[in-house]
Amino acid sequence: MITVEALTKTFGPVRAVDGISFELAEGEALALIGPSGCGKSTTLRMINRLIEPSAGRVLIDGVDTTSIPPATLRLRMGYAIQGIGLFPHRTVAQNIATVPRLLGWPRARIAARIEELLELFGLPPAVFARKYPHELSGGQQQRVGVARAMAGKPAVLLMDEPFGALDPITRTRLQDEFLAIRRRMGTTVLIVTHDMDEAFKLADRLAVMEKGRIVQLDTPEALLRHPASAFVESLVGSEDRGLKLLSLAGVTALMQPATGWTAEADGTFRKAGADASLAPLSASASLREAASRLVFAGVDELPVVDEAGAMVGAIAMERIIAFGGGGR
Amino acid sequence: MIAQRRRLLRIGAAGIAVALFAVMVLAPEAFERPLAALTKFGQPAIYDRDSILALTLSHMGIVAAASLAALVIALAIGIFVTRPAGAQYLPLARAVANLGQTFPPIAMLAVAVPLTGFGARPTLVALFAYGLLPIFENTIAGLKGVSPQVVEAARGMGMTGRRILREIELPLALPVIIAGFRVSIIVSIGTATIGSTVGAKGLGEIIIAGLQADNLAYVLQGGVLVAMLAILVDLGLGFLERRARQPRSA
Repeated sequence: MITVEALTKTFGPVRAVDGISFELAEGEALALIGPSGCGKSTTLRMINRLIEPSAGRVLIDGVDTTSIPPATLRLRMGYAIQGIGLFPHRTVAQNIATVPRLLGWPRARIAARIEELLELFGLPPAVFARKYPHELSGGQQQRVGVARAMAGKPAVLLMDEPFGALDPITRTRLQDEFLAIRRRMGTTVLIVTHDMDEAFKLADRLAVMEKGRIVQLDTPEALLRHPASAFVESLVGSEDRGLKLLSLAGVTALMQPATGWTAEADGTFRKAGADASLAPLSASASLREAASRLVFAGVDELPVVDEAGAMVGAIAMERIIAFGGGGR
Repeated sequence: MIAQRRRLLRIGAAGIAVALFAVMVLAPEAFERPLAALTKFGQPAIYDRDSILALTLSHMGIVAAASLAALVIALAIGIFVTRPAGAQYLPLARAVANLGQTFPPIAMLAVAVPLTGFGARPTLVALFAYGLLPIFENTIAGLKGVSPQVVEAARGMGMTGRRILREIELPLALPVIIAGFRVSIIVSIGTATIGSTVGAKGLGEIIIAGLQADNLAYVLQGGVLVAMLAILVDLGLGFLERRARQPRSA
């Protein structure tokens, strides 16, 4: 667990970070989000002491980080940055081995860890282990960068705009992959980003920063429903926040028992008295997808099926609309 | 294909140069007939006051000692002034290295002789001072050329400053540092010939003897030997530089 207490950094007269406090629980993902110059990167870099705080302190599992030598502290914290910073004169395997080697792991354990991580990130070791960074695409380099940051099984993974330099399609794919890996490994993550969609997608809680202070620290849903200020409201995007809210919840949350639907032979379903049959919605869909399907089909109810195609319930438009209730 | 052909050509040229140089050093008589055409009044065509091999080895020894000393010192200072603690000394170090380069070696000899006496010593001093600048400047350029993101990542992952220098910065700066050393040593091989004016044993002796006796054959023999030596060293270090530059892929 990471505890940040009244952390402050002044550069001359400027208070770049101004008395920030938060806690990061084991297995949690927290995003620091805000515009350029709001102090989010400085905060991240104070946690692994790349920047020394002017005041306040950081505790890792209750121990003050200033009592640990910086290099030793950083071995316990993974670090992935936007520019990736892969070592160009070392192979993919050697890059990933950096922290395990510094930790003095035995050779066999390092080799096993490299293999495990490359598999995890969809880079077959037989193909990629011996390649040099310049032989990889941008997305592959970024995967190796994150794998390298995770190699030493760090207590927390610090990420500074890790997917920032990628094209939108690769970025989305890497975010999905990373989310799956994080859920599987239970990694604790502190991520800095200026991209609200990325923060919503990857983080359990968001700390919105403005001028060196945290103006609101909440779950994505709470940020959307109850923004603390006009600044937060503009950051979460006031026009499509209803839709954003819907993308946070799954269709099963609002599902009711299906009545009056009959299955057709081709996998579609027909409501009693209706002319046409409708393709069902997957139970893993978000409310946003459900709303989109309902609007597109021009109906007020759709059947929901599980992976086997069996009907498990139905989702109604009026319940989706009610979900957004409470907003101004 | 093209790269491969170019490599073969380089190896071929280097082989011929080595063979030619070896004959010139070990069996200089082989060139007696063509060189005799350049002599007047029955002058000897081949320098015979000392063995060419001994002169070549002595020449190489002086250059190697001076250049290696310059490498060690320039590298150490170059590393120091690119660390945060030494950054304030960069202008000073630069001024000193520049001074060594702008002061003509012949003037350096004149200054050094009263202090060190005749022989190889004043030559060593002059070559050392003259050879510092290219190595020093290239060490700085090489170290500053390492991507800040790479260094930041290394630091963020828990590498100590010393380890970053040894495992990241120096290997990445190595090709540029070798290029500087290459310039320094090539210049020194040529410049070392003037050491013979103050009694240093070297290939300059043949050229000076030729100039004094108006014997063109001596001048040519000495000049070609020095030039060949420079070319061979340049080829060898160029090879090392290329090796350091490209990470070989599986």
